Amino acid sequence: MAEIRYTKDHEYIRVEGGEGVVGISEHAQQQLGDVVFAEAPPVGKALKAGEPAAVVESVKAASDVFAPVSGEVLAVNPEIENAPGIINEDALGRGWLFRIRIADPAEIASLMDEVAYAAFVASQA
Amino acid sequence: MSDDAIQKTPLHALHGELGARMAPFAGYDMPIQYPAGVLAEHLHTRKAAGLFDVSHMGQALIEGPDHATVAAFLETLCPADILNLAAGRQRYSQILNDEGGVVDDLMLTRPPGADGALRLVVNASRKGVDYALIAQRMPAGVRLARLEDAALIALQGPLAAATLARLAPGEGLDTMAFMSAKPARVAGVDAFVSRSGYTGEDGYEISLAADQADGFARTLLAEPDVAPIGLGARDSLRLEAGLCLYGHELDETVDPVEAAIAWSIQKRRRLEGGFPGAGRIQRALAEGPRRVRVGLRPEGRAPAREGTEIVSADGAPIGVVTSGGFGPSVGAPVAMGFVDRAHAAVGTQVGLIVRGKTLAARVASLPFHPNAYYRG
Repeated sequence: MAEIRYTKDHEYIRVEGGEGVVGISEHAQQQLGDVVFAEAPPVGKALKAGEPAAVVESVKAASDVFAPVSGEVLAVNPEIENAPGIINEDALGRGWLFRIRIADPAEIASLMDEVAYAAFVASQA
Repeated sequence: MSDDAIQKTPLHALHGELGARMAPFAGYDMPIQYPAGVLAEHLHTRKAAGLFDVSHMGQALIEGPDHATVAAFLETLCPADILNLAAGRQRYSQILNDEGGVVDDLMLTRPPGADGALRLVVNASRKGVDYALIAQRMPAGVRLARLEDAALIALQGPLAAATLARLAPGEGLDTMAFMSAKPARVAGVDAFVSRSGYTGEDGYEISLAADQADGFARTLLAEPDVAPIGLGARDSLRLEAGLCLYGHELDETVDPVEAAIAWSIQKRRRLEGGFPGAGRIQRALAEGPRRVRVGLRPEGRAPAREGTEIVSADGAPIGVVTSGGFGPSVGAPVAMGFVDRAHAAVGTQVGLIVRGKTLAARVASLPFHPNAYYRG
C-alpha cells in the first residue's frame, strides 16, 4: 500500500516505490478556501527539499507549495490548470500537483505520517 | 480598554454561530468567510442578496446651526459640492490632506428634513485620523457626534430590494433612488436606510441601534434569498465593481484625479477650489495626472496580487498593482493598479511581474462586472 507523509507546511507526498505524488493536505485546502489557480513546476526541474515548487491561489491569496523532498519533477497534473477547484474537491486524489523522483529516501523518513500530522494540525488549532 | 484591544461588532456572536472564519481587520474581529466560501458568497450576492456586517465602519454626525454652516465646514476638508447636496441625498467624497492626498474616502448623507446635520460613514481603519482632523478644524458652533452605539448592515444584490420591501411594507424602500437615504421602520426596527453599497449591485446600507442589530440580522437571514457574506467576498465584489479600497488604491500620497475618482468633485468645486490641495488637484484636472488608476486583465489564469510590478511592452517599469485577485463573476483574474499616464489607455499591452515571470496583460475599462445600481 502506498505510504503518505506530510510536511509542517501542509504538503503531502504519497510514496509509490521510488517516486512520490505531491499535493496539499485536506487541512491546507480547507484553510485556503476556493482554489482559483494552481501552477506546478516544469517537468524535468530538479527540486531541493523545502524550496518553493508550486503555487496554489485562492480568491484572496497566493500560497507557495514547497517540495517535501528533493528530486526531479517527472509529471504534473494536467487537470489543475483549467480546473483548479479539484484541489478543494479531492486534494489527496485528483487534486495532486506533481510527481517527483525521490532522490533520498531518508528525506521521506523525516516527514510526518498521518497520525503525527493529525496531531500536528490539532496542536496548531 | 486599551486602544489596541481587538473590538467586536454587535453581530460578533452571530458570526460565530454561522461558522465564520474570523480574523482581525482594522482593529475588529471580523468574518472573512462563512462555510459557503468566498466564491459561493460572491456569486450569491450577484444573483440574490448578501448580508454584510459593516459595523466596524465609523458612523458619525456633523451638526451645526444650519446646512450652509455644516456644508461650508466640510467643504474645507472634502472636494465634493456639499452645499448643494439636497436633503435625503448622499454623496461619495474624500477627506484630503493639504497636498490633496486622500486621508480617507467616505459617504456623506444629508438626512431628509435636516438643516444642519450630515451623516458620515468612514473607513474603520481611518476613524481615529478622520475624527481628530475634523475636531481640529471644526469652527465654533459645529459639533462632531460619533454614533458609537450604531451598527451598520449592508444588504446587497438583485433581490435586496424585494427582500427589504417585504420587511418594510409601506416604506417605499424598493423605489428609493440610488444614493438617497431616509429613516424607515424595517422588521419592527427604527433604522436609517440608504440605497447604496460597495459591491456594484443594487442594495442598501442600514444603520440601526447596536442592541437591535443581532435580531435584525437574524430576521434578514431568515428570508429565503439572504445569505451572510464575509470580507473576502466583499473585497472581490468591490474589485470587480472597480471601486477603490483605502490602503490599497487610496492613501495620503494619492490624489482623487490619479485615483480616477474625480467624478466625485462637482463642477462648482473644480472652479472655486477651496479644499485642501486644490492647486494640485486643479492642475491635475487641467493637465492630466502623472499616473492614473486603471483596470488590468491578465491574459492567463494567474492572478496578479497587490504589489505586483507593472512594466510596459518593452519592459520598463510603469506602475504597480494595488488590488488583484480572481474575479468570480468575470471568471478570470482581475486587478487594479496605477500606471504612468502614457500607458493608461484601455487596450494597452503591459506586463505583470509575477514570481519573476512577465505575464501578459492589458489595460481594461472599469468596472470589470457591469454595475447594477437602481435607476428607477
